[in-house]
Amino acid sequence: MVRFEAVGMHYGPGSGPDVLHDISFQVPEGGFRWLLGPSGAGKTSLLRLLTLAARPSRGRLEVLGTDIGAAPRRALPELRRRIGMVFQDFRLLDHLSAFDNVALPLRLAGRGEGQIRADVGEMLRWVGLAARADAQPAELSGGEQQRVAIARAVIARPSLLLADEPTGNLDDVQAERLLRLFRELNRLGTTVLVATHNEVLVARHPAQCLRLSGGHLVAAE
Amino acid sequence: MARRSPLRPPGFDELGLKRALADRMLPSLVAAMAFLAALALAGWVGAAALARHWEQGAGAALTVQVPQPADPAAAGGGSRQDAVLALLRAAPGVAQARALSGAELDALLRPWLGAGPGRRALALPGVIAVRLAAPPPDPPALAALHARLAQAAPGTLMEQQGVWIDRLLALVRSLQASAGAALLVVVAVAAAVIAVATRAGLAARREAIEIVHGLGATDGYIAGRFAARATLLAAAGGVAGGLAALPVLLALAHLAAPFAAGGDAGPAGSAARSLGGTMGGIASGLPPALWLLLPGLPLAAAAIGFLTAQVTVRRWLRQLP
Repeated sequence: MVRFEAVGMHYGPGSGPDVLHDISFQVPEGGFRWLLGPSGAGKTSLLRLLTLAARPSRGRLEVLGTDIGAAPRRALPELRRRIGMVFQDFRLLDHLSAFDNVALPLRLAGRGEGQIRADVGEMLRWVGLAARADAQPAELSGGEQQRVAIARAVIARPSLLLADEPTGNLDDVQAERLLRLFRELNRLGTTVLVATHNEVLVARHPAQCLRLSGGHLVAAE
Repeated sequence: MARRSPLRPPGFDELGLKRALADRMLPSLVAAMAFLAALALAGWVGAAALARHWEQGAGAALTVQVPQPADPAAAGGGSRQDAVLALLRAAPGVAQARALSGAELDALLRPWLGAGPGRRALALPGVIAVRLAAPPPDPPALAALHARLAQAAPGTLMEQQGVWIDRLLALVRSLQASAGAALLVVVAVAAAVIAVATRAGLAARREAIEIVHGLGATDGYIAGRFAARATLLAAAGGVAGGLAALPVLLALAHLAAPFAAGGDAGPAGSAARSLGGTMGGIASGLPPALWLLLPGLPLAAAAIGFLTAQVTVRRWLRQLP
């Protein structure tokens, strides 16, 4: 469950220029939303709020039942472990292998190594990287890195899955597979928000859209 | 999540700290600090031993001179010297009082007066060597004793070695305080060095920390990873510094041995002997207190490393939401 109530946001302390203005919408548990809009519309800022990388400057934001503006700082790490995020720039740890990158959320959650080995192996097979488990990100192509980032985002079966241009480096076949994975997780109860420019993908997988422009939510259809 | 860390495979370094907190610079600097700390500790222990020796040894000795020792005393039947001796032996705080014999006085004066019979013609005072009990009586008590002696035998002098001992003690105590201050400064500099290294590590691994933080790592988890690395490196530096200081300290103890073992005479003899054991030659090695304190160096370095890294990282992490 995600709920925005008149949320405004600016970066830095004091009163900088707002990057988000009076955003209000809600996504029920198990909902799926496309997040659309041109570059600079505020999609990344909105995703930063949802990944708890920033807190709202105004208004009320509720993520997975927690009021983010009011929650104590120590309550956030556990909440973050229930959120999966595929970043546009992947944000992989460049000194770790693909396997260790994907295993990271499970290790932070304190899972046993046996289970980690099985789960990560299966996930890497599913994204087609079983043979590259020991490769470091620098040795992988852009598409392969993106698939590692996707595997890391979904490995811990998050309650909320967020993605910023997750198909940017994938060919059509892989993009289709990815969307089917997102749909499947969504069907199992995960709330999903995907920011994209890829209108073809949106047309092929119709769902409700949140359209941002200039930091305003201009349409929720 | 730090308590679950045993599940992490050994050597798993998600923050890349093996490169960010490199294994040469920090241990070398901590080793230098530990070396200085070992010297300061040795100074502190040595000064404390000297102070103890002087307090219990030379500080506890007293010389009393009685002019015309054979004349009758002011009261009672005995000679002036006997009256003074009796008063001294009865006084509280006096462990032993002994009149020097004529032969001992001859031996003392021979360098100045020669061995000829002329000496007998001089009116020499009687000399009484007094050893005070531990703890020695305070100055007002000694002044009162002196007054009683002068009453029994007017003109009696009491020469207290305590005056120059007090000055030496003040000097030694200030040396001890300097060693303590040096130790504190070394601890502060070591903490600062570790804090700077940790900050450099935080800056170098900022992106990795942000990623791990974003995946739900707690402040305690991240600070624990840094602290584990800093503790290891600081302990290694402490071991290296302590080992490097050992030969220097043994050489110093060797230099101090004849000084400490000398002057083995009179009431101070036993104290000087015990000091000889404390300051030790190369054969008897370092003072036992130092043998106990030196292994504490790596432990102290490790503790400083752990605490400094924890505080530095937790403070830095507060800038993240």
